Amino acid sequence: MIEVKNLTKNYGSKRAVDNISFTVNDGEILGFLGPNGAGKSTTMNILTGYLSSTEGEVKIDGIDILEDPMNAKKKIGYLPEQPPLYLDMTVMGYLNFMYDLKRCKIPRKSHLKEICGLVKITEISGRLIRNLSKGYRQRVGLAQAMIGNPDVLILDEPTVGLDPKQIIEIRNLIKKLGKRHTVILSSHILPEVQATCDRVIVINKGVLVADDTTDSLSHKMSSDHRYTLRVDGPEKEVLKVISSIPGMARVDSLGEKEAGTCDFLFEMDEDADVRRELFARLADRNWPILGLRSSELSLEEIFLKLTKDDSAELPMTQQKQVEVKQTVAKILGDDMQPEVEKVPVDDVSEDAPAPDSDSEAPEDSKTEEQTNDGGEK
Amino acid sequence: MLAIFRREVSTYFTSPIGYIFLAVYYFFSGYYFYGYNLYMGTTDMSMVFQALFSVLMFIVPILTMRLLSEDKRQKTDQALLTAPVRLSSIVVGKFLAAFLIFAIGVAMTLVYAVVMSAFAQPDWIMVLGNVLGLLLLGAALISIGLFISSLTENQVVAAVGSFAIMMIIMMLDGVISAISWEWLTAIMNIISFSTRYTDFTNGIFDISNVLFFISVAVIFNFLTVRVLEKKRWS
Repeated sequence: MIEVKNLTKNYGSKRAVDNISFTVNDGEILGFLGPNGAGKSTTMNILTGYLSSTEGEVKIDGIDILEDPMNAKKKIGYLPEQPPLYLDMTVMGYLNFMYDLKRCKIPRKSHLKEICGLVKITEISGRLIRNLSKGYRQRVGLAQAMIGNPDVLILDEPTVGLDPKQIIEIRNLIKKLGKRHTVILSSHILPEVQATCDRVIVINKGVLVADDTTDSLSHKMSSDHRYTLRVDGPEKEVLKVISSIPGMARVDSLGEKEAGTCDFLFEMDEDADVRRELFARLADRNWPILGLRSSELSLEEIFLKLTKDDSAELPMTQQKQVEVKQTVAKILGDDMQPEVEKVPVDDVSEDAPAPDSDSEAPEDSKTEEQTNDGGEK
Repeated sequence: MLAIFRREVSTYFTSPIGYIFLAVYYFFSGYYFYGYNLYMGTTDMSMVFQALFSVLMFIVPILTMRLLSEDKRQKTDQALLTAPVRLSSIVVGKFLAAFLIFAIGVAMTLVYAVVMSAFAQPDWIMVLGNVLGLLLLGAALISIGLFISSLTENQVVAAVGSFAIMMIIMMLDGVISAISWEWLTAIMNIISFSTRYTDFTNGIFDISNVLFFISVAVIFNFLTVRVLEKKRWS
């Protein structure tokens, strides 16, 4: 169990972490979410005893990291943002070194073999770390953290720089590890946290913004009933038909995702369910429904809502939706050229404030569909 | 501590640094051995050891420049500092590794004496005293280099910084004669590496000189630990 109480860290006059408190229970996978520079790494560095806090206390299984660092550190395996690898060593040489450094008591050969098998680096164990790709280095870093079976694993952006296949592998591995260890992982990628974590802590500019389970956080934020719909039919007419259904709060056209079809995102009124009526009306006109699925707010949107500096301002997606609505109105009104509706709602990631998120987005799209029900499609 | 010691020693030999250090050391010690002993036809090695004083000033920074700076640059210090190891173990482990490489170099000087003993017996006590003096001087200089290395994350800065300090240590004696304040010359005489080392080469075994070099080594290792400790609080 990890207890963090009123943690504050100042770098000179700059406050990196501001009065953060939380606890992590045994066997829990906690996601640490925040944009770059939010204080995630600083918090993790304090948890692992690499940095000292300006104020507040950190207890690992009741052991204060400042008062008894030796025993507290024994309980922690840490994968920093940049894996701490000696490039001039072979993988096995490095793991042996870390094994000695941590004064591990578990039988060396079988233990290291097991870890290598788990993170799938057995076949490269004789190679120089210098010659390894980023993905393999990340795994060696993870292997290093697992040496000695520490109770707590702290992983700082464990999937950064990996390809989509590796990301899925590492996520599955982390989930597996979560059964034996308490895991804290940080990320600025929402689907990652959504896919792996039981609980999420959202942090922005050093302040704790939210602390809740992944599901309930996403549930809480999406009080509106949102669905995405794919119809085989002419866009403008379909839009007109759906918009006229009573109980429909809002309809946005998402454009053509599949040849000859069009996608819509609609929101119902709180107490209405328009799905049956929707089916009937589209069936009447012989426009087959190819897909209808609920679209809860993705964590990304939640995140934008939570970390928005000025909460009075509309979140990015809503602003865009308003734009789309206006466009649609124009199309319906005076039959303008369809090119004006090129503002798609689903490219939130490209406009997200975190600078890295756009590069990550394409990698994640695959996994997102599996794990996230294609939330924002 | 043992893990760090072993890793550092092996790093000296997987990188060129260990070889360069030993090659340069062997070259100069061999050169002076030839010049002062073989060419002059004497078994008195004092001159060789005296000459090695300035050689050390130039090659010890090679040995120490990357010890801590490289860890900082590669972020491997995060592994060291978050492992259940004391800061002092990290520093002492690294210090001893550098010292071992240095001692391997110095051991060659004993080989020279053994070679000479085939022709004429050298004064063994004197030779051993000199070797001890050289080892102590080396330990003091290595700890200073290690300290400089902990202050930066750039090897070159560490090396140049260490060179500068070593140069100052060398020049100290030249400055002493130019200073007219008595109290200052008294202090400078106390901290003069060269005066104390020359005692060894002159065949004088003064325990205070031994303690002086050991104290310097201990103090700078301690300061290095403090630098690492301070980093956490910055």
